[in-house]
Amino acid sequence: MKTIELSINQKTHRIEVDPEMPLLWAIRDIVGLKGTKFGCGQGLCGACTVQLDGQPIRSCQTPVGSITAKQKITTIEGASTRLEKIIQAAWIEHQVPQCGYCQSGQIMTATALLKSNPKPSETDIENYMSGNICRCGTYSRIKSAIQTAAKNASTKSKS
Amino acid sequence: MSLESRRSFIKKAGATGLTFWLGLSYVKGNNAAISTGAKSLTPFIKIDATGITIFNPNPEMGQGSYQAVASMIAEELEVSLAQIKIKNTGGEKEFGAGQWAGGSSTVREGYLTYRKIGAAAKEMLIKAASQKWGVSPESCTANEGKVLHASTNRSLSYEDLAEAASLLEVPKEPKLKDPKDFKMLGKSVNRPDIPLKVTGQAEFGIDADVPGMVYSSVERCPVIGGTLKSFDSTAAMKVPGVLKVVSAERWIGKYNSTGVAVIATTYWAAVQGRKALKIDWDTKGFETFNSTDYEAKLRLLSNEEGLIDKQKGSVDLPADQVVESFYETPMVAHSPLEPMNCTVHVKGKKIEIWTSTQVPVSVTGPGLMGDLPSLMGINPADITLHAGFIGGGFGRRLYFDYIVEAINVAKQMDKPVKVVWSREDTTKQGPFRPMTFSKMKGGLSAENALVSFQHKVISPGFMDSAMPNWDKTKVDSMMTEGISSQEYVFPNMKNTFVLADYHVPMAAWRSVTSSTLAFAHECFIDELAHKAKKDPLDFRIGLQPANSDTLRVLKKLREITNWDKPLPAGKARGMAQWDFFAGLSAQAVEVSLTKNGAVSVDKVFVVIDLGTVLNPDNVKAQVEGAVIMALGAATQPGITLKNGIVEQANFDTSPVTRMNQAPEVIVAIITEGAKIKGVGEPGLPPFAPALGNAIFALTKKRLRKMPFEIEFV
Repeated sequence: MKTIELSINQKTHRIEVDPEMPLLWAIRDIVGLKGTKFGCGQGLCGACTVQLDGQPIRSCQTPVGSITAKQKITTIEGASTRLEKIIQAAWIEHQVPQCGYCQSGQIMTATALLKSNPKPSETDIENYMSGNICRCGTYSRIKSAIQTAAKNASTKSKS
Repeated sequence: MSLESRRSFIKKAGATGLTFWLGLSYVKGNNAAISTGAKSLTPFIKIDATGITIFNPNPEMGQGSYQAVASMIAEELEVSLAQIKIKNTGGEKEFGAGQWAGGSSTVREGYLTYRKIGAAAKEMLIKAASQKWGVSPESCTANEGKVLHASTNRSLSYEDLAEAASLLEVPKEPKLKDPKDFKMLGKSVNRPDIPLKVTGQAEFGIDADVPGMVYSSVERCPVIGGTLKSFDSTAAMKVPGVLKVVSAERWIGKYNSTGVAVIATTYWAAVQGRKALKIDWDTKGFETFNSTDYEAKLRLLSNEEGLIDKQKGSVDLPADQVVESFYETPMVAHSPLEPMNCTVHVKGKKIEIWTSTQVPVSVTGPGLMGDLPSLMGINPADITLHAGFIGGGFGRRLYFDYIVEAINVAKQMDKPVKVVWSREDTTKQGPFRPMTFSKMKGGLSAENALVSFQHKVISPGFMDSAMPNWDKTKVDSMMTEGISSQEYVFPNMKNTFVLADYHVPMAAWRSVTSSTLAFAHECFIDELAHKAKKDPLDFRIGLQPANSDTLRVLKKLREITNWDKPLPAGKARGMAQWDFFAGLSAQAVEVSLTKNGAVSVDKVFVVIDLGTVLNPDNVKAQVEGAVIMALGAATQPGITLKNGIVEQANFDTSPVTRMNQAPEVIVAIITEGAKIKGVGEPGLPPFAPALGNAIFALTKKRLRKMPFEIEFV
């Protein structure tokens, strides 16, 4: 067991854990933020995606001990930047979720995509998002929502 | 509680015994206020100082019942969705036998019942207001949660009227609105669960957070059909955080099997402890079982006569041309993205459960999918169920094996225990959609008219899996689903069923056996059409009686696909239809060949026949999802066993469709029909045969085995 400091959604959490524990379980079960989901435990589905210093990571594959107190973790509960709000609004506009279980991970990945590539082509979206499984099959709506968010982010920032 | 009696009437709807109590609580001979503080016009509508709550008894698993039920009630009650809170029920007695989700049944079975619940409450609220004002109920109207008396410009909120209304008689046949006056039904209204799902606030079963909770991971016998002989927990108990190691029995249908549960302070510790277990399994001879052998057995069984599902005329008359084919499909896993899980707190006799389930009613008492309390010897009154949003059901969560197992774990712990299955557990332990093999035979006259049709299903049985004493001389009609009820008119027909013994637990998978039988049936119709030198759509239309629902759907498909206009070179299309208990859909799939010879699924056209539509955009979403799920089942590996063990484990070996594989889906909704049909499942069965038929049109290669042995992009 080790004392680890985590900065999650701009709040510092001091937790006592096995440093080998995946970040996913530290976030869900120790810190108590349940919006990040467990899907496969092998980095194959993307449901557990969070951002580490703005980069999307699979929290089920990241030992909590590998993260330093200075690194900033953002989970779906902390998605509050202008871009993230635009993305969530686009998700509602296109009525994307069905069961909704994968959508925290989809939104965290989509945020990272639009940060690195503000005007993605359809192929860019497919390439970037194909690591995130949606068993309900909401893919075409995710694609449309990302395109809408990209448009809204650029037009609104210009005005 | 000063409730002394309860006046209610029971409305039965549908063949499955869906029952709703449309009643109210009141104090007989005592007009004093009801002491609960919440006024219940019916259990489904609660009005108190904080506002109006509508209860949803059909668990939300993505299909949209959370909105559908609320909007059917709210439409008639005259409140907007923004004015209400929606709560999922947890199998409480007062919400009746309809507390489950499956069979695409929420709207097709509940459409009138839910509307009546809202309409009755509205009539009571209007009557209460009219009595207060001393005016006639007819001179009052209801709108946006208020009763209005226009001529005197008076209004009262539902909150203010609830108490008086709750003392009135419940109208038995309340007047329903004319659909032309609907404010939300029939319109693409935003789903109220979606804002919760884009912000991480929606609580799924796995998100249960119970004070003092510990975690468990269970090692189950890797050989399906095996069970625990003995275990050594010495090493597991040394893993930091591990509290206890216990054995726990899981029951599913006629099967039971004991596994070893490691209970620990964290899930991670439980998983580490599980790895350190030493277990001796009793594999009961199933360790030599191989799917390939079983498939050979199914092929051999196809020579049996079989039990008659339906017979018409005689198929023994000689035909000028005979076509024979054999179709095969695999077992598949449901793979909901939320792994199986259940949290249980056993306090003496009391059992509190937090989970995702499609059958709350069966978890707290007798219901469609069984009776957990009686199975486990628990008094139903001692069970409290908190049913969360479901992170994917697809039929898997119609079975409560994981709840039984979690109760058996938690009984041995003085704290609440959350049992979480890994993805590998969720894939490997079943239950699975059964494979079906189909022997097809058709006869054509010299003039290419279809004279006879035969479909023999060879498969394990749902009923044989569910019941220890299933009478094997009877047709398991779930295994012949749809093959004898298509609207085609065959002059002579014989459909039969051969049951194959099996030891693997079986489960309904979205669209049940139609998900495999439609493939054989509709590809074979295509083979007959080609043999008869007819266009596949014309051939099907020619087999329809006048004014059939299927005919309407086929004509619509012709229209939206521009069927009679040839596609550009290098492209081809195929089509199929399917009519079964959940509903009716026809589809056309457009495919093309890429330079390296792989098939690209370009476009899917879907016609769905509904009778009435609640939320067109949600119907579209359901159909899009059904097509994506069907594409995965048709083209990705299924579930196979080797040496008794499921060979697939996670999304690498048991893949599902990903974004880059998803085709464009175009949906047309038909509402002219008289019968209300389902939404969640009908989009699935026609896809695989339409794709197979399209690939035949493109390559002249007839695919008779799923998953298709062809390369896709």
